[in-house]
Amino acid sequence: MLKTDVLVIGAGPAGLKAALSAAGQGAEVILVERDPFLGGQLVKQTHMFFGSKEQYASERGINIGKILARDVDENEKIRILKDTTALGYYEDKRVAIESQGKFETVDNKALIVTTGAQENTLVFPNCDLPGIYGAGAVQTLMNVHGVVPGNKVAMVGAGNIGVIVSYQLLQAGIDVVAIIEALPKIGAYLVHASKVRRMGVPILTSHTVIEAQGTERLERVVIAKIDDKWQPVPGTEQTLEVDVLCVSVGLTPLTELLFMAGCRMAHIGELGGHVALRDKNMETSVSNIFVAGDVSGIEEASAAMVEGQVAGLTAARNLGYGLEDYEEKVTAAQRELDNLRRGPVGGKIRAGLEKLYKEGEVAV
Amino acid sequence: MLERTGIPTPKQIEAIKPSGERLAKGPVAIVECFQEIPCDPCYTACKRGGFLPFEDINDLPKTDDEKCNGCGICVGFCPGLAVFIVDETYSETEALVTIPWEFSRLPAEGSQVWGLDREGKEAARVTVKTVRKSPKKNGAHMLTLIVPKEKAYDIRSISHKE
Ligand SMILES: Cc1cc2nc3c(=O)[nH]c(=O)nc-3n(C[C@H](O)[C@H](O)[C@H](O)COP(=O)(O)OP(=O)(O)OC[C@H]3O[C@@H](n4cnc5c(N)ncnc54)[C@H](O)[C@@H]3O)c2cc1C
Ligand code: SF4
Ligand code: SF4
Repeated sequence: MLKTDVLVIGAGPAGLKAALSAAGQGAEVILVERDPFLGGQLVKQTHMFFGSKEQYASERGINIGKILARDVDENEKIRILKDTTALGYYEDKRVAIESQGKFETVDNKALIVTTGAQENTLVFPNCDLPGIYGAGAVQTLMNVHGVVPGNKVAMVGAGNIGVIVSYQLLQAGIDVVAIIEALPKIGAYLVHASKVRRMGVPILTSHTVIEAQGTERLERVVIAKIDDKWQPVPGTEQTLEVDVLCVSVGLTPLTELLFMAGCRMAHIGELGGHVALRDKNMETSVSNIFVAGDVSGIEEASAAMVEGQVAGLTAARNLGYGLEDYEEKVTAAQRELDNLRRGPVGGKIRAGLEKLYKEGEVAV
Repeated sequence: MLERTGIPTPKQIEAIKPSGERLAKGPVAIVECFQEIPCDPCYTACKRGGFLPFEDINDLPKTDDEKCNGCGICVGFCPGLAVFIVDETYSETEALVTIPWEFSRLPAEGSQVWGLDREGKEAARVTVKTVRKSPKKNGAHMLTLIVPKEKAYDIRSISHKE
């Protein structure tokens, strides 16, 4: 059995910052990551990030991951277990982990769950044909393994991920014939949308996939306009000759461990699905279990890092570390979060959090 | 409309255009960022006060065209690739347009390529005057294009297929 003060599960931006913040206050930390590398989603992001200096704005995602991973590597208080998956949570608070067939448990005084999210899928006729991928899978193929998924791609979903992966496909020399979006408006930051549009990629809002066609693998996709009741408009069908259809229709938080641990959960659409109820310090209804990043509501790496900081600081404080400067540090981080979320694009997350805190009041 | 297509409207472009007087003086930054998002590297990159201070990180960037000398530093810092430099004083009939460029294939200096408009349509053949690395580590490259003067507000990319 391993023993630690703070156990962090998942080494994306939220988990890396949580580990650094808890260790920075003096706590011993174990950081568990199922991939053989640290960084989570960041390792695939070759584009420059938004945000402000505090969140490494204008730096490419992959480099932000490297900076954080290096800091974690160099920190003597943090023990890193890569290639290691957290499998379960026991009543006595131990967490079960598995690495290359070896099973072990970790005794911890505080747990920070930063497992991120998984991609949603879309159901339409023949959606199981080879050649139909999730956008995240395509990004991993290209940017982690250096493999191109095909020659001509149609993207479904004009959120940030769909638009950015389209741009990265263009950069890899692959044709993107269209981005198809059911909503009447583009969800991605419009500067991202403009940069793929000026490379000649049409963004078809109020459009949906009717069906995929092909015998052995994907050969064509039929799309059509939809009206304000989400019904296809007859006569607007178009056939796109593509060998790849990339689906990017949102993410769902990866919350199994939180359910297992008995955290009070609520389904909040604006946050991406089921999330753990939590307070402003990222502590769930189970004391000394924290969440941060996409698992606590689908948002951005910038917010994930700051949430990780809040969770790490508070976990350490609960164990008696860093009491002197806790208030000052946590207040600064919370102000940063408020700033990131204040604008019009933060509307959805603000609405989601409002519901979450309300649910919290009802549940208590 | 921008929210439906990704293409800024002529009205939006007109609204951010520097004065004719300023354009006659030389290169200046054109910032095509029309949505309030939590982002401010353009402002922090400029050391000349070319951008007005952000009160809130979600503010739209606003330029001070008199302080901007068109140096182009901010071009490589903007993650939205939304900053361009236009120099209308290049010649009688031609202007210089500097664009950010993130494709691994770099055009050769002196070569002729298609200049694309905001829809990705071929607007005119243009000459690549210079290819520069951004002063920012890992930033976007900056391509300076010689374009017909009347296209200085249309051409915002080049074809990546040539
Ligand atoms: C295409 C794309 C573009 C994006 N662009 C931007 C952008 O420009 N700006 C921005 O701020 N954000 C951007 N994001 C979002 C950003 O990447 C995410 O919001 C952020 O990575 C969330 O961080 P996280 O730490 O919560 O989760 P993740 O980065 O997903 O990390 C979670 C980690 O937990 C690990 N894990 C999960 N379960 C277990 C388990 N049981 N045991 C062990 N390990 C586990 C995973 O392997 C992973 O490494 C983008 C995302 C995508 C996909
Ligand atoms: S071009 Fe140079 S001076 Fe003008 S705003 Fe950009 S960085 Fe500042
Ligand atoms: S850096 Fe670019 S995207 Fe960000 S606010 Fe400035 S102009 Fe807009």
